[in-house]
Amino acid sequence: MQHTSTQDTLVGLFVASGIVGLLFLAMQVSNLSSFIDEDSYTITARFENSGALKVKSQVSAAGVKIGQVVGINLDPKTYESVVQMSIYSKFNTLPDDTTASIFTAGLLGEQYVNLEPGGSDIYLQKGGKIEITQSAIILEKALGQFLFKSAEEKK
Amino acid sequence: MIQIIQNLGKSTRTSFTKLGRATYFLFQTISGTFGILLRPRLLLNQLYSVGVLSFLIITISGLFVGMVLGLQGYYTLSDFGAEETLGVMVAASLVRELGPVVSALLFAGRAGSALTAEIGLMKATEQLSGMEMMAVDPIKRIITPRFLAGLISMPLLAGLFSAVGIVGGQIIGSGLLGVDQGVYWSQMQASIDFHDDIINGVIKSIVFGFVASWIALFEGYDAIPTSEGVSRATTRTVVNSAFSILGLDFILTALMFGDN
Repeated sequence: MQHTSTQDTLVGLFVASGIVGLLFLAMQVSNLSSFIDEDSYTITARFENSGALKVKSQVSAAGVKIGQVVGINLDPKTYESVVQMSIYSKFNTLPDDTTASIFTAGLLGEQYVNLEPGGSDIYLQKGGKIEITQSAIILEKALGQFLFKSAEEKK
Repeated sequence: MIQIIQNLGKSTRTSFTKLGRATYFLFQTISGTFGILLRPRLLLNQLYSVGVLSFLIITISGLFVGMVLGLQGYYTLSDFGAEETLGVMVAASLVRELGPVVSALLFAGRAGSALTAEIGLMKATEQLSGMEMMAVDPIKRIITPRFLAGLISMPLLAGLFSAVGIVGGQIIGSGLLGVDQGVYWSQMQASIDFHDDIINGVIKSIVFGFVASWIALFEGYDAIPTSEGVSRATTRTVVNSAFSILGLDFILTALMFGDN
């Protein structure tokens, strides 16, 4: 088999295009690019029920994504759901009386944490806790209550 | 009756012997890896014939598979008013499954069969024994570069396949059918995870490249050195590679994507 420089060039082009393809997948297709160079700090909130919230669910304020959920654990004493959220450092002016609620995006959409800033002058620091929370609305529960109520009214 | 049992035992024994030979062959091939570092030329030549020559079939198939996914996905998703998730559907199915699997099947058909035929003919024309006579280890000189070339080419080809397919899906989805281009990409970026989807897809393609090259080279090396033997070995390469790729794909998928 003969070695030619054309062959070398073609091999080089092949390897380069393969790497470009993989890079394209990494940067353009996946969510990798949105995590690069984003400094963040972690805060926690306790919910009575965190519903179908998942790790990597979005954390937003006024509809803008400001971070993501990084951990959900059950407190073994109070039986509350402890949700850890990582917030991008550029949004470091959340007041310490911020309200956290779990909402659903659309009727069948994913659940996300919505933060509603309060009026306090003290800002949440790294490791800060959100005291005022509103649990996820469980559709079955709400439907059950609604049906029960309408049955009561008919009597 | 006793004849049947005897035959059964015999064929079991032959297949285990073959598996043993294949494993031994694999160890020999891998042990020759360091020798290649001294002779990168051999590897470069094989990268050309295994990788570059498969480039065209992989990219064209990737484009068409992506376009078909775009069409079919659009028709199904528009029934539920969920055309916006077309990008997610195309990208997830390509990156997780179709990219590694289809490109590995094409690779086995295009490059694997060629490797088997080449090595089988080398054996039939006694080139391999000729090398041994000259104290050149045919495994190190012939097999290892081809094996490494397959191992390197496969993830690159699978990545290309997926990338071209996603672009193909976009051409059909937003060019012809009216899914918004920005939505196509942003929904995709929101749902496809770098580690869970893309790295796992690459791991799959490396495993498939390993298995497909191993089978192709072993079948060639183990072929009966006649023209009929070589033709049978080539058939076995394609059949066995397809089986192993699809079977391994099931196992890998169950391992990787099972926990969520």
